[in-house]
Amino acid sequence: MRRTVPLVITFLTGAFLVVSFFIPHDPFGQLEQRLLVWFAIVSGFTMLLGIDSLVRSHIRKVTRRRDGWGHSVALIAGLAVTVALGIAGFVKYDSPFHIQSPFMFIYTYSIVPLQGTMFALLAFFIASASYRAFRARNSVATMLLVAAVIVMLGRVPIGAAISRFFPAAQEWIMNYPQLAAKRGIQIGAALGAMSMSLRIMLGIERSYLS
Amino acid sequence: MSRVLVAVFVLAVACGVAPSRPPYLSSAGGGAHADTVLTSPPTACRVHAEDVPDDSGGQMLVTWEVPPETAEAVTGFEILRYAPGEEPTPVGEALPGERQFVDGSVEDGVPYHYVVRTLTPYAQTDSEPSELATAAAQWFARGRTSILVLTALFCAAVLYFIGKARGGAELYIRKIPGLDAVDDAVGRATEMGRPVLYVPGIETVSEVGTLAALTILGHVAKRIAQHGTPLDVPVADPIVMTTAQEIVKQAYTEAGKSDDYDPSRIAYLTYDQFGYTAGVDGMMLRQRPGAVFLLGTFYAESLIMAETGHAIGAIQIAGTKETSQLPFFVAACDYTLIGEELFAASSYLSREPVMLGSLKAQDLAKVWIVFFILLAFTAGTVGSLVSPEGRSVFTRIFEILRSWFS
Repeated sequence: MRRTVPLVITFLTGAFLVVSFFIPHDPFGQLEQRLLVWFAIVSGFTMLLGIDSLVRSHIRKVTRRRDGWGHSVALIAGLAVTVALGIAGFVKYDSPFHIQSPFMFIYTYSIVPLQGTMFALLAFFIASASYRAFRARNSVATMLLVAAVIVMLGRVPIGAAISRFFPAAQEWIMNYPQLAAKRGIQIGAALGAMSMSLRIMLGIERSYLS
Repeated sequence: MSRVLVAVFVLAVACGVAPSRPPYLSSAGGGAHADTVLTSPPTACRVHAEDVPDDSGGQMLVTWEVPPETAEAVTGFEILRYAPGEEPTPVGEALPGERQFVDGSVEDGVPYHYVVRTLTPYAQTDSEPSELATAAAQWFARGRTSILVLTALFCAAVLYFIGKARGGAELYIRKIPGLDAVDDAVGRATEMGRPVLYVPGIETVSEVGTLAALTILGHVAKRIAQHGTPLDVPVADPIVMTTAQEIVKQAYTEAGKSDDYDPSRIAYLTYDQFGYTAGVDGMMLRQRPGAVFLLGTFYAESLIMAETGHAIGAIQIAGTKETSQLPFFVAACDYTLIGEELFAASSYLSREPVMLGSLKAQDLAKVWIVFFILLAFTAGTVGSLVSPEGRSVFTRIFEILRSWFS
C-alpha cells in the first residue's frame, strides 16, 4: 500500500498530462499550467526545508569546531543579515525589491559581482580543459584539434584576414558535421527521456521511490 | 535679396531637401504646373478572422494584407472588434510589419466582426469588416497528430520489449564504459579513504535529467553503502534534497547499513547557479573526494566543477543531455554518459530484464528514425534530379515526410 498509492498517483498524473498535450479543451488544456502552479507552491514551502538543512548543518559545524567553521559563521551571519535587510526593505519601501532598499543594495553590490566572478573563472577553466582536449594524441584527437583551430579562426576577424577559407570552413563544420552529431545526440536523449518517463509511469522504474 | 532666396529654394528642391510627403500623395498631370492630389491612403484589405486552431478557446486569429506600394507609409495598426449590433471597440495594436493579431479576449460561441485600422502620420483608415467568425475550444490538437502516432508506436515498442523480457528473452545491451566504471570509481575512493561526491545537477525534480540522476543515485548509493564509503550529495533544490535523502536512506537500508546513513551529507546549498558552483568547488577542495559523479542537468557551471574535480585528482563520471555541455565533460572527465546513456543508466545498472526491455525499444526507434532520414534524403535528392520544378513523385514523398516530422 505504501508504494501502490504513489505509483497510482504517478500513473494518473502522467497519463492526464499526456492526454492534455493532445486535448486543448478544458479542463485538459490548462492542466499542465495548473500543475506547474501547484509545483511552484510546493517548491515555496520546501524552501523552508532547504534553509533548515543549510542552517542546521552549518550550526553543527560551528558548535563542533570542524575545519573551516569560520566560513560557516560567515554564511549564517550573511543569511541573517540578508533576511533582516529584506524585512527592513519591506517595512520601509513596501517591497524588499525596491530600488533603494538595502536588500537590493546587497544584491547589486555583493551577489551580482560574486556571480560575475565565478562566471569569469570559466575562461581559465576553458583554457586548461582545451589544452588537454586538443592535444594531438591520436588521429581522432588530431582531427578535433584541426577542426577546433579552423572554427576558432573562422569566428574571429583575424581568420578572415588570413584567408577566406576559415569563415567558410567553420560555417560548414558547424552546419553539417557538428549539427548532425548534435541532432543525433538530441534524438537519442529525447527517446531516452520518453522511455524513462514511460518506465516511471508504469511503475517499472521505482528507484526514485523509497 | 529675393533672387537669392528663390535660387536657394530652387537649389534645395533640386537636391531633394524639400519637405517629404507621404507616398500616397502623388503628382497629377506632371510638368511644372502639376497639382498634388490625395489618392487613397494605405488601407488594410482582405481582413480575415478565424478561430485559433488547436487551442482551448477564447482566441481569434485576425489576418490582413496591405498593398505593397503603400506599405512603407504605415506606422501601425489598430484592431477593432464588434459583435453584430455593437460599436467597434479597439482590442489591440500591431506593428507596421505585422500582418496578424491574436485576440485573446473573445468569448467562445459569440460571432464577431473585425476591422483593422491602418495608421499613418497623416491619416487613419478603417478596413472593410471581416466575415463573422466564432471562437471555440477544440477536443483534439490536429497539429499534433504525427506526435500522437509516433508516441503510440514508440510506447507499443517499449511495452512489446518489456513483455518479451518478462517472457525470459535474452536481450543484448551494448556496454557503456561510464557505467561499468561506477564500481571502479567507488572502489578507488574507498581504497584512498576519501568520500564520494555526487552532484545531481542544478535543476529541480521536474526536469527529466534530474530525475535520471536521482534514479542513478539509488544504485550508486547502494554500492557506496556496501563499501562503507562516505557519500556527499550537495543539491541546489530543496525538493531534490528531500528526494535524494529518501533515495540514499533506502539504498543504505537495502545494503544493510542503515546506521551509516547521515542525512546531513545530502545538503541543500543554494538555488543560485554560481553560488552552488562555488559551494561544490569548495567541498571538492576541502574534502578531496576520490570519486566525483556529475550527473543531471548542467549549464555554464559544468566545466568549472569538472575542472576542479580534475585538479584534485578525482576519478570523474559525468553525464548530461545538454549537448552544449557535453564537450566540457568529455574534455575534463574520465567517463561521460552522452545523452541517452544518462537515461539508460538506471536500467543498465539494475540489470533487470524488464528495465532492459525499454532500452531495446529505444534502439528500434532509432532504426526507424534512421530509415526515415535515409528515405527523405533519397526522395529529396532523386526528386530534385528528376524534376527540378518539384513535380515528381519523389518530391511529393519528400514533402509528405517533411511536413509529417516538422
